[in-house]
Amino acid sequence: MDLVEYQGKQLFGRNGVPVPPPGVVCRTPDEVEAAARQIADGGNPLTVIKAQVKMGGRGKAGGVKLAKSPAEARAHAESIFGLDIKGHIVHVILVEPASGIDQEYYLSILHDRVGKGYLVICSREGGVDIEEVNRTNPAAVVKEPLLPSETVDGLPRERALDIVTRANLPAAALDQAADLLVKLFAALKAEDATLAEINPLILTDDGRVIALDAKVSLDGNAAFRHGDYDEWDVEGIEVVDEQTRAAKAADIAYVRLDGDVGILGNGAGLVMASLDVVAQAGGTAANFLDIGGGASAETMAESLRLVLSDDRVNAVLVNVFGGITQCDLVAQGVLGAMEQLGDIDRKLVVRLDGTNAEAGRRILTEANHPNVIPAATMAEAAERAVAEAAARAAA
Amino acid sequence: MAIFIDENTRVVVQGIGAQGTFHAKRNQDYGTNIVAGTHPKKGGTIWEPLGVKVHASVREAVEELGANTSMVMVPAPFTKDAILEAYEAGIQTIVAITEGVPVHDMTEVYDTVVRRGGVRLIGPNCPGLISPGKSNVGIIPADITKPGKVGLVSRSGTLTYQIMHELAQAGIGISTCVGIGGDPVIGTQFLDVIKAFAADPETEAIAFVGEIGGSEEQLAGQWISENIPDLPVVGYIAGFEAPPGKQMGHAGAIVKEDGPGGESAAEKKEILGAMGIPVAINPSEAAQLMIKRLS
Repeated sequence: MDLVEYQGKQLFGRNGVPVPPPGVVCRTPDEVEAAARQIADGGNPLTVIKAQVKMGGRGKAGGVKLAKSPAEARAHAESIFGLDIKGHIVHVILVEPASGIDQEYYLSILHDRVGKGYLVICSREGGVDIEEVNRTNPAAVVKEPLLPSETVDGLPRERALDIVTRANLPAAALDQAADLLVKLFAALKAEDATLAEINPLILTDDGRVIALDAKVSLDGNAAFRHGDYDEWDVEGIEVVDEQTRAAKAADIAYVRLDGDVGILGNGAGLVMASLDVVAQAGGTAANFLDIGGGASAETMAESLRLVLSDDRVNAVLVNVFGGITQCDLVAQGVLGAMEQLGDIDRKLVVRLDGTNAEAGRRILTEANHPNVIPAATMAEAAERAVAEAAARAAA
Repeated sequence: MAIFIDENTRVVVQGIGAQGTFHAKRNQDYGTNIVAGTHPKKGGTIWEPLGVKVHASVREAVEELGANTSMVMVPAPFTKDAILEAYEAGIQTIVAITEGVPVHDMTEVYDTVVRRGGVRLIGPNCPGLISPGKSNVGIIPADITKPGKVGLVSRSGTLTYQIMHELAQAGIGISTCVGIGGDPVIGTQFLDVIKAFAADPETEAIAFVGEIGGSEEQLAGQWISENIPDLPVVGYIAGFEAPPGKQMGHAGAIVKEDGPGGESAAEKKEILGAMGIPVAINPSEAAQLMIKRLS
């Protein structure tokens, strides 16, 4: 799960990583103006108006602006709310007292898939696109893989100091940056984050090293050991569609896509393959949905209901290869779901293969449900689902 | 001969709940030698319906019964400890089926168990492995397999079954099928399995099934093109239609938007193609390519 900036800063703060004084999270221009006034009354006439989305490049997109007055804060808010930053629409703004910036650096720790460990990236070039720095001036970017012992025991301070020194941070920043880096790694471990990025890490004009930005990604598999994990999923930061919300609530693996052929299958690889064969048949998938292994009739029904609740869906492909799952039970599950759902006005193309496939197909053929079309192979099922979707779209 | 598991495999099952019991019994019925189950509080009892002992620890199963392989079926919060316990008890091959293990846990496991070498960890989030006619450790349905000469290695579960099924229908059997799992940090990579297949006299062709995310397919491809250019190898990648930045079910099936590149299906296909390895874009094509290479 990706956190937005203010959440990342909250996470940093509770783990001892220095951050600016907390700003105010706002959802309307009125709130932004009031926040700027409140901050000005506290002695900080300058505020930063910052879009809160789960995407980088906010500054470049015009999503981060300095305001010298509450009126200016309001004007900025009016241009930033609703801004589309690479597909992410801004619904929430953070109003923060402006920090006096002397210098900007870059610091991140991420889980490196290739190295199967943790990587610290540090550069004196902060506040800019680190990919660009890496391209044009790779010597300016220190990339340090952590050792296995550090994975378990934490990053020793001497190592942290060595990293920030090699990144050429100035003497005035070194000690604090080293301390911060140690705490940042501890935070990453404690919170099960796979990424903690600070760009920029700043030296303030009064000599403090703090995280001016915070980009954090949390490992979904670790939710079981974080009771507050769900609390990060705040309503309204990014408006999600009804299906994505329902899938999350039901713990169903679902990804919304752009097309009109609804897809359900058992197994992530098989479902990815289903998206591919639908495209190869000339159609476009409306979604990815994995019902998982050994799914019950209820899960099948719930998943079908979810996909069919999407008005964009013109036809559905149900692609099941029964391993442990028995196809005759799947067939019964599909028919049972159709009973529950009533008239769905769309065709379901059902491909059953594997354990008891013959029996499953026979059950569907004999039931002869007007909306259920059995298909013998994945390729045929995809062709048929695409054709049915096109027919409905044209009608 | 097959790889990793064969008629000498002696399995201890960690996790004797409903899932563990169901799959262990299937493995046993197939002929796999399940020697024991483990449960910290049920040591000394009999594990029905398998009729083998329950030991309180893996170490006991190793010492008393010569267990050399472990199947880990405990829930995700306990998987790291279960793998480490098996490792410390001297298990040679650890097959971790469980899905949902945190990345930090697996990173620690990787450092402890895999980097040191000498022990084969497969998974987690995998269906296990089967050497048809010899041994089945995991949840792969044996009845869709048939013994033969193709080595199959895959990140997927049911998609692998699909391909095995299509190959079996064409009369093509498997020496060993290894499910390496769908997570970003796994104990055994494509390359590990492919090297073992290359050294196995009973394996005469290799099929690998990859997904979006990571770059292990290309790493394997590099080794294949340099070391076994004459062995028939066919690849297949799922996820051409996956949008960047979205996790497609498997924790490892994600193309990072600001990532190093090479993680999308199209890029993998292109890179592997340039190495001389054909990559199918759907399961039927994968089976057809293999049938053609073998004929």
